[in-house]
Amino acid sequence: MKQGAAMGTAEIHTGSAYRSKRELIFKRLKRDKWLYILLTPGLLYFLLFKYVPMWGILLAFKDFQPFLGFMKSEWVGLEHFRTFFQNPDFFMLLRNTLVLSLLNLVFFFPAPIILALLLNEIRLSFYKRTIQTLIYVPHFISMVIVASISYVFLTTQGGAVNEFLYTYTGSKIDFLADPNWFRPMIILQTIWKECGWGTIIFLAALAGVDVEQYEAAVMDGASRWRQIWHITLPAIRSTIVILLILRMGTILDNGFEQIYLMMNALNREVAEVFDTYVYALGITQGAFSYSTAVGLFKSVIGVVLVLGTNWLAKKFGESGLY
Amino acid sequence: MVKKQYRSTGEITFDIFNYIILGIIGIAAILPFLFVVAGSFATEAEITKRAVFLIPTTISFDAYKFIFSTDTIVRSIGVSLYVTVIGTIVNLFFTVTMAYPMAKRYLMGRNLILNMVIFTMLFGGGMIPTYLVIRDLQLLDTLNALILPGAISAFNLIIVKNFFQELPVEMEEAARIDGCSELGLLWKIVLPLSKPVLATFTLFYAVGHWNNFFSALLYINDPSKWPLQVMLRQIVMLSQSAAGDLSLMDPNFVQPPEQSIKMAVIVVGTLPIMCVYPFLQKHFAKGVMLGSVKG
Repeated sequence: MKQGAAMGTAEIHTGSAYRSKRELIFKRLKRDKWLYILLTPGLLYFLLFKYVPMWGILLAFKDFQPFLGFMKSEWVGLEHFRTFFQNPDFFMLLRNTLVLSLLNLVFFFPAPIILALLLNEIRLSFYKRTIQTLIYVPHFISMVIVASISYVFLTTQGGAVNEFLYTYTGSKIDFLADPNWFRPMIILQTIWKECGWGTIIFLAALAGVDVEQYEAAVMDGASRWRQIWHITLPAIRSTIVILLILRMGTILDNGFEQIYLMMNALNREVAEVFDTYVYALGITQGAFSYSTAVGLFKSVIGVVLVLGTNWLAKKFGESGLY
Repeated sequence: MVKKQYRSTGEITFDIFNYIILGIIGIAAILPFLFVVAGSFATEAEITKRAVFLIPTTISFDAYKFIFSTDTIVRSIGVSLYVTVIGTIVNLFFTVTMAYPMAKRYLMGRNLILNMVIFTMLFGGGMIPTYLVIRDLQLLDTLNALILPGAISAFNLIIVKNFFQELPVEMEEAARIDGCSELGLLWKIVLPLSKPVLATFTLFYAVGHWNNFFSALLYINDPSKWPLQVMLRQIVMLSQSAAGDLSLMDPNFVQPPEQSIKMAVIVVGTLPIMCVYPFLQKHFAKGVMLGSVKG
């Protein structure tokens, strides 16, 4: 054992010395047996909790009957997909999902970039660090807390915002139930929670910019705005592109928890998205096959979007993800 | 460091505005929470008198007394603590034991395993098939359902693997020559060298468990096993403030204002995060950078 281990790494490149390939495989398995033993729990985890559910996707093509079980339930082909696409809910879900994603893209996506650029202009490192510490905090707070804080402040029954409005305008706004307020509320929550955290990656990219470029630009008489435009922004361009690709993949993902927590019977028309729909039909109503089909539709579009955007990014000369 | 140079009035105005704007943003990030903390100490009179305040005129601990005297909330805090501690231990065990072999470039089948892990980041079974697997494993309504399905985060695994890979090979070889076994190597050499990374992920995993709402919503129907986040939603959003039990037991108990109780529960739900945040903050910037290194 001791000897074998000592030879360990040296043996790797001497494969030709073995008589057959099978013997080589056996030798290596034996030599690395502890490594394989260590791998086992992790592999089991991935198989059981990630790959077995992938197999379960077949449910989307079956008519699942609990008393028949997974194997014996009847195949129905694309039946569930057909039902879904013909359902008027489909357009509501697609519209809500896309509108939320688009609003996020327009209002949330640029926010961390702008914030990082502003932070980058701060010379006083103590001040910069303090601000950073403060703006990272909301990221670590759970969505339930964020939603709870929103409820406590926005409720018409003694919520601070409404009390304030009532004192000065004499009327209250039911932010939590009014469908017109749902989208702005979601976007504001997202910005509050994740904007600061989002700056980290851009600040990291900005830290890598060569200081001499700025010095040269100052020599040429470039103003601060010009420096940002011609040096700083191009420096973080590839980071922006990569994050944009990642975002495209999640365009049909609006974050289950947030929507679920902020949704109610009154704003459902603008709030219900694919994930909450899958939950409502699958988990609470037991329509397993149908909701699996909805979920699968969503995942497949997501994967196609990531690969597509990545391909496009490469076409435009960016390095992309893969 | 930078030599004093000529600055135009435009630049000075820019700087002043920049400092002010960022100051406002920094305060805005924590202000809602400060209001909630203030509100949680408020008395009924305070709440009806002023809607928004940062410093209450009279401080009352009634809301907290109330929370800690109800069975339901205390039990849910217990559940959350249990899941956070045990869950984090499980996370670390699974992540480290898998990352370590994967960091060995000579391991047969390494690329296959790596691709298998990466694929799960791109595509998954989805909510319903995963739910059915948990159900078939008899995990529904057990606290294990909050721990096992998230035992490894593929993203964290790859970062830890990359970190192990960067450790100097020479140290490992020297230990082998001295007769150190594979497990000894992991325990005595690799783990001690990885303390900063492990600390980062311990905190990330722990925060994830404390904040977890989704798994409990899906897999736990029994209210006595609800973690604090689910209880919080019940109390704040569905307004089922476990009010009943206390006023029945003690007729002299003065019910604290509803709003204060809600705020106090929010504070309790956030408190552990606020306690670990200073430790977290030291590490995470580095942790995130590690993640952006490809490999």
